Amino acid sequence: MKLSWQQITVPALALGLLAMGAPERTHAQAAIKIDGSSTVFPISEAYAEEFQIQKRGKVRVTVGVSGTGGGFKKFCRGETDIANASRPISVEEMEACRKAGIKYMEVPVAFDALTVVVNPANTWAKTMTVAELKKMWEPGAQGRITTWNQVNPKFPKQKLMLFGPGADSGTFDYFTEAVNGKAKASRGDYTASEDDNTLVQGVENNKNAIGYFGYAYYAAHKDKMTAVAIDNGKGKGAVGPSLENVTNGTYNPLSRPLFVYVRDTAARRPEVREFVQFMMNNGDLVSEVGYLPLPKSAYSLAWKHFQDGKLGTVFGGHAQVGITIEKLQALEGKL
Amino acid sequence: MSAVMTIEELRAGLAWRKNLDKVFVVVGLLILMSCLGLLALLFLDLVRDGAARFGWDFLTQFPSRKAERAGILSAWVGTSMIMLVTALVALPIGVAAAIYLEEYAPKNWITGVIEINVTNLAGVPSIVYGLLALGLFVYQFGLGQSVLAAGLTLALLILPIIIVGTREALRAVPKAIREAAYGLGATRWEVTKDHVLPYSTGGILTGLILGLSRAIGETAPIITIGALSFIAFLPGSPVTGEFPFVNFEWLKSEFTAMPIQIFNWVSRPDQAFQQNAAAAAAILLGMTLAMNAVAIWIRYRFRKKINW
Repeated sequence: MKLSWQQITVPALALGLLAMGAPERTHAQAAIKIDGSSTVFPISEAYAEEFQIQKRGKVRVTVGVSGTGGGFKKFCRGETDIANASRPISVEEMEACRKAGIKYMEVPVAFDALTVVVNPANTWAKTMTVAELKKMWEPGAQGRITTWNQVNPKFPKQKLMLFGPGADSGTFDYFTEAVNGKAKASRGDYTASEDDNTLVQGVENNKNAIGYFGYAYYAAHKDKMTAVAIDNGKGKGAVGPSLENVTNGTYNPLSRPLFVYVRDTAARRPEVREFVQFMMNNGDLVSEVGYLPLPKSAYSLAWKHFQDGKLGTVFGGHAQVGITIEKLQALEGKL
Repeated sequence: MSAVMTIEELRAGLAWRKNLDKVFVVVGLLILMSCLGLLALLFLDLVRDGAARFGWDFLTQFPSRKAERAGILSAWVGTSMIMLVTALVALPIGVAAAIYLEEYAPKNWITGVIEINVTNLAGVPSIVYGLLALGLFVYQFGLGQSVLAAGLTLALLILPIIIVGTREALRAVPKAIREAAYGLGATRWEVTKDHVLPYSTGGILTGLILGLSRAIGETAPIITIGALSFIAFLPGSPVTGEFPFVNFEWLKSEFTAMPIQIFNWVSRPDQAFQQNAAAAAAILLGMTLAMNAVAIWIRYRFRKKINW
């Protein structure tokens, strides 16, 4: 075969031109577009996978990972049907959606328990108070609190090694809000990584380490680290992150609900409705991927709200720390 | 001590210099081997970690929440399609630009500025191309989060590499060839088309290989333009059974790509996914090597035809 330049370039150019002029054919297939939080991704992936199997490929579900903020950007431009969020929609995002005329339903899908972990060789900090965590992580601790005994005189005089997620993470936002009282207010002199597996390794390898991340990462490494039981000072004592403690609201303030936001116009499409119903009926898939499902009653109430077309967020643009799912669901929605 | 060296001194000096020569060969070989060794080590490490996952199933299954059920079908198909678009777009444009700059452009300051900028473009971080493409291709041209948008983005990214590579190749064609052709009355285009280009094909393809090898591993720009992480269907086939036998639906399709799939698996809590990530990384490396092998083979075929 003699390949000449014409033989290569002419078809290439022709292909390019054809591609530009190719008529847009409408997709005959029903499709659901989901984008957003990387924390919620495993949950959506599990649902999308099973839903597609159940529908025998008649519905196509795609899931992207742009982060909670990136997901809302696309959602409020009307590019996606569902936004995954590891925190409630913010005031700015509500405003962006309002401007674009996008209305939405807020559907809680699971709990995540932010888990504070220490090395198994750590014998002193099996339980900690929220006040101690604050002492350790607040912005004022930067450069000042460097040994364990500064946090609590009963702790040994050992170097304090802190591991936590980076500032772009929703986990960081929620932890700082719950512990330090203000989202994103944190000391900066700790080992930060956007990859939670790096944090896991840090805690695994350092006797004096302490770190925090989502429950799923703790669940996958249970044998190599200890979850610190948290005492919020409200008289219930120290409580560890277990399914029971999270669902009954005692693992407080470090448990948070995870959401999907569904555009109302998309919710009128039968495949989207069915998908939401599928999510609400199959909470066990949530535990399969390492998260904590909501109580059955919460799922049925969420499904009822969805059917009733209850619009808006119950949060008013801010994460509410330490409220049970029942109380949250009773609140009025706000667009 | 006399100014004239004795024959013994000369011989000793010569022997020393020859030894130095040998030492250089050994050192060079060692450095080369350590580079290749590092690549081999990396590859073997990936293969070992991912050994349990290699198999037909891994290539033919869609991603899944269960590590043992998850495969890279949508990822490798996506990557292949993007590479096809990238190569088809970047090669003609890059080669044309290089021909203009090398054979036609007058040597003045404008050409100088263009040349400097082409070289500088090669050093622009890939995320910048991603942001440009997001604004231009995805929104302005309305291409959406499609294979076409991704292919065009990566084509932009490797354009400087191809232009620089092609210019080197064109420059390597002896001047005598051009002058002989001109002497026989050939026009500039005839000289370029019939002589310069065929003789420099090898070098041009090398530039293309270098470019595509860079593009295949790029994550940042395609994440920026909106590659998906979970997609369990394939773009439409480019070849169909009915007239006109080709289908361009796939260009508009949503996609995911190998680096994104790998990144996604690496950051999963479940450690079983680390094996998948290693296996997928080994396959990506394999795809790169295979791509290079094909290009080397084409280059060899072109070279065989040239008789100076």
